[in-house]
Amino acid sequence: MSDFILNEVRKRMYLDSVALMRISRVIKETRGVREAALMMGTPSNQEILADAGLLADSSKGAQGSDLIIGIRAESEMVARTALAEALNQISAPKRQSEAETVTEPRSVRGALKIQPNTTIALISVPGEFAIAEGRKAITRDLHVMIFSDNVPIEQEVALKQEAQKLGRLVMGPDCGTAIINGVPLAFANKVNRGNIGVIGASWTGIQEVTTLISKFGGGISHAIGVGGRDLSSQVGGISTLMAIEMLDSDSATTHIVIISKPPDTKVIEKILERVNKSRKKFTICFLGADDIQVPWNARFAPTLKAAAELALSKPIDSKPLKAGDIRFREGLIVGLYSGGTLCTEAQYVLMREARRSVTSNIPLKGVSYLKPDDHISDRVIDLGADEFTKGKPHPMIDPSTRDEMLRNTLRDPSVGAVLLDVVIGYGAHSNPAGNIAAVLNSVPERRAAVIASVTGTDDDPQNRASQQAILEQSDVIVAASNVDAVRIALNCVQSGQGMG
Amino acid sequence: MSSVRKESAETGSVSRRSVGLLDSPVEVVNVGLEGFYQELKLAGVPVVHVSWSPPANGDPKMADILSKLGA
Amino acid sequence: MSGNPVWIDVLPAEKVIPVLKDKVVLHAGPPISWERMCGPLKGAIAGAIVFEKWAPDLATATEMAAGGGVTFHPNHHFGAVGPMTGITTRSMPVMVVENRTFKNRSFCTLNEGLGKVMRFGGNDQEVLNRLAWMRDVLGPDLGSAVRAAGGIELKGFIGRGLSMGDEMHQRNVACTSLILRAIAPWLARTAKDTNRLAEVLASIGANDQFFLNVAMAMGKAIMDPVKGIEGSSVVTAMCRNGTDFGIRVSATGDQWFVAPVEMPEGLYFAGYGPADANPDMGDSAIVETIGVGGFAMAASPAVAGFVGAGSASSALAFTRTMSQIVVGENPQWTIPALDFAGVPTGIDIRLVADTGIAPVINTGIAHKEAGVGQVGAGVVRAPLDCFIHAARALSNKLGVQ
Repeated sequence: MSDFILNEVRKRMYLDSVALMRISRVIKETRGVREAALMMGTPSNQEILADAGLLADSSKGAQGSDLIIGIRAESEMVARTALAEALNQISAPKRQSEAETVTEPRSVRGALKIQPNTTIALISVPGEFAIAEGRKAITRDLHVMIFSDNVPIEQEVALKQEAQKLGRLVMGPDCGTAIINGVPLAFANKVNRGNIGVIGASWTGIQEVTTLISKFGGGISHAIGVGGRDLSSQVGGISTLMAIEMLDSDSATTHIVIISKPPDTKVIEKILERVNKSRKKFTICFLGADDIQVPWNARFAPTLKAAAELALSKPIDSKPLKAGDIRFREGLIVGLYSGGTLCTEAQYVLMREARRSVTSNIPLKGVSYLKPDDHISDRVIDLGADEFTKGKPHPMIDPSTRDEMLRNTLRDPSVGAVLLDVVIGYGAHSNPAGNIAAVLNSVPERRAAVIASVTGTDDDPQNRASQQAILEQSDVIVAASNVDAVRIALNCVQSGQGMG
Repeated sequence: MSSVRKESAETGSVSRRSVGLLDSPVEVVNVGLEGFYQELKLAGVPVVHVSWSPPANGDPKMADILSKLGA
Repeated sequence: MSGNPVWIDVLPAEKVIPVLKDKVVLHAGPPISWERMCGPLKGAIAGAIVFEKWAPDLATATEMAAGGGVTFHPNHHFGAVGPMTGITTRSMPVMVVENRTFKNRSFCTLNEGLGKVMRFGGNDQEVLNRLAWMRDVLGPDLGSAVRAAGGIELKGFIGRGLSMGDEMHQRNVACTSLILRAIAPWLARTAKDTNRLAEVLASIGANDQFFLNVAMAMGKAIMDPVKGIEGSSVVTAMCRNGTDFGIRVSATGDQWFVAPVEMPEGLYFAGYGPADANPDMGDSAIVETIGVGGFAMAASPAVAGFVGAGSASSALAFTRTMSQIVVGENPQWTIPALDFAGVPTGIDIRLVADTGIAPVINTGIAHKEAGVGQVGAGVVRAPLDCFIHAARALSNKLGVQ
């Protein structure tokens, strides 16, 4: 029963976390290997390794620039074989590109010598180094998009204040998406261009709103992410205010949509004060913050779908459902989300329209925190939250992180409807629907209805229509928007009538 | 501090013109995940990838100080 | 880089470095005690003690050195530099290079040639005899010639050498020939005896590395005025003593930042291998601080052959990579193969610590035991920790947290 733990430290060898996780996954699948991880030796990573029972004493002196390979296996022989394979995997891709990478720039400064007219630095290094990289970029006159998460908030505040003085915009940290002049950055969708500018403190919120607008006849001038904490009291909306300023003086933009999870009250005041000074039309979508007094030139939207509708000045048709799509099943609604804002939106709709209490790991006001032994509340879970992503890829990059939870949920007899989001576009997994279909097919005896919405467009690399087709083949009900998906789920568990 | 600043002005390649984000063509420096670089390149966006490794032997505090020293 | 280094004289070391009048031995690298010195350095010191007749034989000399009978200081503390072990004692002739822009002077011993030599820890009679000839013949005659010439401006040699395949650390064939061309008429004019003149000319002509020591003295003369500029993060000296690697940085003046020296990587002479190698040594890395040596590898594909794949394109890659950790390029010293880009000059500790790109230094490899001499050549990386320590000191000085 006692496992063999094998560690190997490679001095000053850096590989990005995605590459390491890919290798970790392969090694973990080796027969006889109980757990395996390849990580850079930062203090927080060492903690993770220790928690996973993967840290041997021999790794204790490792530094943040050293690569630690940790393997726990049923025998020493298995562990050593797995280690050899891991080392093999590390060196394999390097050989091909060695000649090319030899003179690759090693810093923003070096990159600017090659491409002096650079406008944006896109930063996705580990969170503890992200602000330093951001600072190097703003002092070289770049605007910055920081994809990295796990960044201390005081560092975010410091960087945004410095950038503000220099007139540089900081998008992020934890900014997953932006579309600038038609260029999708990080996780973004190929949307039609148009006159609607979007500012979002939430990554999937921007994706849902921009794709809905694009799908239903509108177009996007720019979409600017500001990071999930920009509208907190500490940060005070620095980037949001700068983004409003930019879009307000941008001639291509006539209508501005602002999206956020519920912000700090003081910050809301500041934002609305600025909105009030503009001559352009605004849509304010603070998810879950009802009853907000907005200025004359603004309208309030409680959901992402509503925000898209206000920006389009027309209602969005919910997808007409075929009769028989909705079958009544008693039970709970369980949402397994990869998009945090979609998860929040689902909570809001459930809270407003459902019959029972709602729980979540990222609860809105009025929603209670997820309890492990709660068998009577609907629950919606954000699988992109820090507790699930520390040391692991985001579920949008690797949807398999949702697999096991989805399988268990499908086997749970108390569940009547499962809600899923499928977020596609640049940066996202190449076939998330296929991944879901594989899990669904592995649980043939499932009783719960599975309802999903696809956030994306037909111009995205994954193609929205074909993702939808894959889901429908596995008996998934695909809704036009996340809000519609939640309503269908409610229908499933609330009435036997169906909608058609 | 003055001398560090002066020096970085000399060394920071060319003194670059300050540009607005929305009124100039997007050109990107990618620091981190290589996938973002690949996708931008495929989309025809001018992009340079930085072969990044943790500064200062992986010491975040020192990395922060270096950025403040004008590295 | 606005300096104008001129070789103005060759004099016995004690004439220009007064501390050498006593029983003092100057060595390469940052300060180090006898106990921590490596084999070749101890061997060279023993040889120098015998050479100066402070002890009758090597065994007595070693005892004397271990017992505190001589005092050790780094060359760098006295405006001097020396290759490998870098031993400088009172009677050894040193080249005097004056930076006419700033009026500072620097010194470097004359190059002994290849084979068994003191700079690689050699100390037998053959080594000592050659040193005596250099003291009695080569030094005085070169001194007369250089003085008669009114000094020889050095910067131009580097520019021409770069276009002829030298990088001025491991390869000095072109520059040695060029400077011999310049000095030969003056040697002839000041010669008293044609046989003796022929000996001197032949010795320089037979030593491809003659110019290395000239380049080193020049490097020291160029970098010394850079010392003590407030806030400046430029490296003014890099050196190693076979145990520690040390750097000095402009803003922090005379302070040393040290870390354990690394092992060179390279090719070995027949019969030797990595197991014989001593950790890296010498003040010669001063040439990398002025943008030549490993930094100018692109000019010298032949030298790139000592490391890695050895292709000409890998030589270009070395220089391109180094250009990411420097203040700028020197437009006076250009590299044809890089479309006449200037050599990367002025190592910036911030950029080294930030990018993790360690400066690359071309170097000879000494045998780890005293007295054997050179066993190979290759490259060595400056340890990153020196630069991180220095950056921390700079940030403390500037109050940056």
